[in-house]
Amino acid sequence: MLEQYIPIGFMFIVAIIFGIVMSKLSEWLGPKNPNDVKLSTYESGMEPVLSARERVSVKYYMVAMLFILFDIEVVFLYPWAVNFRSLGLFGFVEMLVFTVVLMLGYIYLLKKGALKWQ
Amino acid sequence: MDLLTPHLLSIGPLLTLVAVALLVLLLESIITKSEPVSFWTSVAGLLVSIGIAVPGIAVHGSAFGGMLRTGGSANYFSIIFFICALLTIVFSRDYLKKRDSVFGEFYLLILFATVGMVLMAAAADLIIVFLGIELMSICLYVLAGFIRGSVLSNESSLKYFLLGAFATGFLLYGIALLYGSTGSTSITFLTEHFETYASSRLFLAGIGLLIVGLAFKIGAVPFHMWVPDVYQGAPTPVSGFMATGAKAAAFSIIIGLFAQRFVHGVQIGTLLAILAAASMILGNVVAIAQTNVKRMLAYSSIAHAGYMLTGLAAGNAYGRDGILFYLLAYAFMNLGAFGLISFMEQEGEKHLTFDDYAGLGTTKPFLAVLMSVFMFSLAGIPPFAGFFGKYYIFVGAVQADMTWLAIVGVLMSVVSVFYYLRLVMVMYFQDTLIGQTASYSASSAAFVVLAALILLGLGVFPSSLLAIITTLY
Amino acid sequence: MIPLEYYLSLSAVLFATGVIGVLTRRNAIIVFMSIELMLNAVNLSLVAFSQYLGSTTGQVLVFFVMAVAAAESAIGLAIIIALFRNKQTLNIDELNLLKW
Repeated sequence: MLEQYIPIGFMFIVAIIFGIVMSKLSEWLGPKNPNDVKLSTYESGMEPVLSARERVSVKYYMVAMLFILFDIEVVFLYPWAVNFRSLGLFGFVEMLVFTVVLMLGYIYLLKKGALKWQ
Repeated sequence: MDLLTPHLLSIGPLLTLVAVALLVLLLESIITKSEPVSFWTSVAGLLVSIGIAVPGIAVHGSAFGGMLRTGGSANYFSIIFFICALLTIVFSRDYLKKRDSVFGEFYLLILFATVGMVLMAAAADLIIVFLGIELMSICLYVLAGFIRGSVLSNESSLKYFLLGAFATGFLLYGIALLYGSTGSTSITFLTEHFETYASSRLFLAGIGLLIVGLAFKIGAVPFHMWVPDVYQGAPTPVSGFMATGAKAAAFSIIIGLFAQRFVHGVQIGTLLAILAAASMILGNVVAIAQTNVKRMLAYSSIAHAGYMLTGLAAGNAYGRDGILFYLLAYAFMNLGAFGLISFMEQEGEKHLTFDDYAGLGTTKPFLAVLMSVFMFSLAGIPPFAGFFGKYYIFVGAVQADMTWLAIVGVLMSVVSVFYYLRLVMVMYFQDTLIGQTASYSASSAAFVVLAALILLGLGVFPSSLLAIITTLY
Repeated sequence: MIPLEYYLSLSAVLFATGVIGVLTRRNAIIVFMSIELMLNAVNLSLVAFSQYLGSTTGQVLVFFVMAVAAAESAIGLAIIIALFRNKQTLNIDELNLLKW
């Protein structure tokens, strides 16, 4: 059983060694004359203004969370869609109820301004 | 559609509550000054739900392909949850005004948490158990941190959340192992085939993990660490709700799983007895050292989880009926006590120590009398309902040859008298040091009086309730 | 086919990693991530059991766990943000206002 994995393991080791050796070789052999412009972060040709390590606005959190919440509900729609015919009207009504409940939540957050980007 | 109608009728209380909760959600979104509307809608909805649940007690059945149990114990527990939610909502309105956090969402969260509890009590399948627990817990996490500006409330909420989610992990792993070893998640199937699988280590590991998860939810030693911190930091009515409703909900699952055949054959009875004894001893002894009233009640709630576990460890009908009786009585006495504390509490979590209650008997005799009733009942002194709950449970333990556990329980009840009556002593036999203020509305006061009267009524005529309880399973 | 034991062992290791993470890490977010790891370890064993037993119940449960975990993470992060606004820290050792 495990013998089958020996070539793969071997391959892994070779790949790792190869990667390290090549990057170290270029570091040792290549010419180096750094200056300020060369060392600065590349920002698509724009002047970098501040550090990239900044706290992100909490507004992104709102959008991300709402996206995850509504996105994950699709997990229940897929099995229903696959079995749509065999579940028939019963399944349809059930899914309608499910969607209406979700919709109520959506109306709530819309009215509370959770999706406004002030 | 005809296929569905009988199911929908039999889960009437649950359905009504969900409809009310969704209505409140809608009201919150479309009305600008929605808080009073939400409040009265929630109160009315809960009263209607109680009205629908009461006649359903006599009808036993199951719905949705054996996923839910209906009638009987499910309805009995639902009524307990509805009462807890009702009292909590009424008390919290005054409290939230004091804490500057009057939002209709509070009632909404209480309603959804109650939906989760009803699902737990009705669950006949581990999937529903998981869904119910999570629905309840997620709402409670938010409720614990509802006073957004208060660091204590934030801290309580985060602690509850992290530890609660941690416990859920164990519970879920237990469910997965039970499913893996038996191929079924049906509770009926598990209880009926317990002996068949009792030799499987995977199965026993699953049961063990399930007990860990549930013991956390009821706050039994050694999974109690969160209880004092969370109860102290959470808004006072919410602490009461967690101590009564959430505890009763977790017990409804434990009773469904272990109260019948599950206990026998394996040493689960002994395991539960050890948990019970540890909870009673630790809860009562540490409660003596407390100076904060909320924290004292938190430790006392650990002790009460211990008393109820005693009935479960006994594993006979007497013990089980005792728990059911006790849970209802406990809902009234504990929520009443937390309600009174929320009347007394002042801005910034002030006026919560024993000293703040000094001389209350002369300055606010009305509150002092009510508080004494709840303390006497919690201590298990007749003629209040708390006494009979304990009595039935300890008799059950003696009948099951667990006399040692009953002795521990009685001894610890004596210990508990010390700290409950200390509050009464402080109220009546000490002079007031500071001016006491209490703010409450007429409706909250009416509900506290009602709770005290029901406690007295149940204490004087316990057999009328017990007659109903014996028909539940 | 890979035997069931492999899945279960992996799941148990992941679960244990999560538990150790919860018990040893001090940053609330990392603790929370460890809890999610525990839930996903359970999901793995549920799916493996489901495949092994030839029943779909386990997979249905996994759907529910995923949906619930998403709701839980939304709530959890909201609580963490609320705390951070008041306390400016995520270190759970500094949550020490409540004790006796």
